[in-house]
Amino acid sequence: MSGTAAGTKHATVKQRAGLALNDEFLRKAVKFTTERLRSGKKNTSEEHGNWEQWRERGRQIRLHTIAHLDYYLNLFANNARANGVHVHFAQTDAEAVRIALEIAQRKQAKSVVKSKSMVTEELHLNRALDSIGVEAIETDLGEYIIQLAGETPSHIIIPAIHKNRYQIADLLSAEAGETLAPDTQILAGFVRKKLREKFLEADIGMTGCNFAIAETGSMVLFENEGNARMVTTVPKTQITLMGMERIIPSFEDLEVMATLLPRSATGQKLTVYMSAITGPRRSEDADGPDEMHIIIVDNGRSNQLGDPEFQELLNCIRCGACLNACPVYRHIGGHAYGGTYSGPIGAVLTPALNSNVAEWDDIANASSLCGACYEACPVKIPLHDMLVYLRRRKVESGSGSKLESVGMKGFSAVMGDARRMRSALKLGRFGQKLVVRNGGIRLKLGPLKGWNAYRVAPSLPKRTFRDRWAEVERDVKANGNRLDPAVQARMESIVKRRQQGGGQGHGGHA
Amino acid sequence: MKVSLFITCLSDALYPNVGESMVRLLARYGVRLDFPPVQTCCGQPAYNSGYWDDARATAATIIEAFEDSDFVISPSGSCTGMIQHYPKLFEHDPVMCGKAERLQAKSYEFTQFLVHVLGVIDVGATFPHKVTYHPSCHGSRLLGVKNEPMALMKEVRGMELVPLPFADDCCGFGGMFAVKMADISGAMVTEKADHVLESEAEVLVGLDMACLMNIAGNLRFRNKPVRVMHLAELLYEGVGRA
Repeated sequence: MSGTAAGTKHATVKQRAGLALNDEFLRKAVKFTTERLRSGKKNTSEEHGNWEQWRERGRQIRLHTIAHLDYYLNLFANNARANGVHVHFAQTDAEAVRIALEIAQRKQAKSVVKSKSMVTEELHLNRALDSIGVEAIETDLGEYIIQLAGETPSHIIIPAIHKNRYQIADLLSAEAGETLAPDTQILAGFVRKKLREKFLEADIGMTGCNFAIAETGSMVLFENEGNARMVTTVPKTQITLMGMERIIPSFEDLEVMATLLPRSATGQKLTVYMSAITGPRRSEDADGPDEMHIIIVDNGRSNQLGDPEFQELLNCIRCGACLNACPVYRHIGGHAYGGTYSGPIGAVLTPALNSNVAEWDDIANASSLCGACYEACPVKIPLHDMLVYLRRRKVESGSGSKLESVGMKGFSAVMGDARRMRSALKLGRFGQKLVVRNGGIRLKLGPLKGWNAYRVAPSLPKRTFRDRWAEVERDVKANGNRLDPAVQARMESIVKRRQQGGGQGHGGHA
Repeated sequence: MKVSLFITCLSDALYPNVGESMVRLLARYGVRLDFPPVQTCCGQPAYNSGYWDDARATAATIIEAFEDSDFVISPSGSCTGMIQHYPKLFEHDPVMCGKAERLQAKSYEFTQFLVHVLGVIDVGATFPHKVTYHPSCHGSRLLGVKNEPMALMKEVRGMELVPLPFADDCCGFGGMFAVKMADISGAMVTEKADHVLESEAEVLVGLDMACLMNIAGNLRFRNKPVRVMHLAELLYEGVGRA
């Protein structure tokens, strides 16, 4: 198990969510920012005009690339090597860490400045660097804040989303050794000054990678603060870590991604800085690293290749739109998910990367399957379906809850047969006499405990619909209205079209 | 032409007035619904929890119940949406998969049928109340039923349709989710009910009794007198007032 909140005493998502639900600051902060981001996304995608077409285009690019990932990875690695980049492949997290540490040791590095990278979070690289005496400094403002707090990111793109201005001011004041006012300008000003020194001292610049362009061997970074530019130009050595699925074929495809990613992530039409880096500094370049490494990380990703239910996970462009759209995330924040990646994508990605469905389906249960994630996703990953597949795989592996399994057997025995369902309802009507008050049930016991902690349960009416059916049917027969011949003809043509193999979708929208 | 009613277990057992309103409303257009009594539940609780063998057992009952029907109409976007999953559920059984695909093609959510097949937008209803609408996730996102209810409601005389803040947000029901993750679900339904109250509507209307049961339960828990009803009930009641 990875060393985040999941490793602590709060072992289940329910326990971790309980902490978040009782933290008013956290809920307010997460709600405030996710609402701002999703409304920004809604506005820019609507303004764009052809959002659905671009979304489909993005999906096709990702599907194509992942289907031919071996080819494009090879192409990328060859081109990057031709540009003078040292390309490394790491099958596991341990291997990726070892490669990075070896470079740091060879360079006798004392400090590393980092721009935002989720894959380094996944590898717990800061801790590893620290263990060999190398200081790693996060230079993205949000990452810097959570590093000071000794926490992990609670959002893919807004790592400190769970903290408010006052909490951040306290953290930064402690670092500054003086009281800083909870004012964004002042706080950002302090961090900028502090980080400037760190950039100048650093031996290594470490980055993630938003997209790797196969046709040129370039790596592309999207950012808003300019810190990634500093990280990739000031230190003498650059190490880039990337998940093996970050590839896209060409710069033409980047145009689509540059349209989808910032809009989906923050509601920006363009990211403030988009840098494409093609190899180390050439003699005529004014700046840039003398030595550049790219570590391509598998760490469970290739397990999804060839799995028809989960391969599309590799299409993810890490925009965070599914987190911002998710009503569960909004109430429990990112740490409740217990892994590096949170929200709907994390709930699926974490168990998939770790291939330990039995342990992680716990997170898959923390979803109402509302599909807001799918609707928000710029590359249309069906996360709501994947959550169900995860639950099914746990049951199939025989590690489901025994009680639930018995319950479901009972459910299908009763619900698979109308007579048994009728008997069960009769029994229920008899049993509820003890607990119904004013047509509702407020009892907080047994299976109604959780439900009735927030609601009044409805009582069963005297007669079900099927009990009333004979009467209703008699009334309806008596009225004698006739179907409009034009409607009759339309219905017949629908049935005919269906028999000829058409008829999918029901007439579009009104 | 056989047009069958898929009542859904929830409306059958708890909300019989929803089915009755649908039957009586459609009868005004000469659509005489058939009701195969062998039907039960769509199987969604088992499917969503990962118990697909158990889900297949109930799904097979539904497939059989409507085998002879030309159209299958249901008062729930979620249960109609579940039928969309049947082919996947039977992907390793070509005979059942074929049957599942045929059922999928002929299944309609109530407003889809009313608007697209019957071509009706104005049912001639009058409903002089302030109403807000909750678009249930499965119906609106997965089936794409978005404009149909809006078109129907726009034609209701005397009705003031007020916007529901953050209408697209899930109410927190999610079937077993409400039981397994009761506190998260509780936080979600409380927020949804807050938005209903913020809208100042007298009536909350929707297309899915599961979501409406959830929201109504929370409103009642807090002693808030908002009337909660299915759109079929509102339209049929409104026709009676016209």
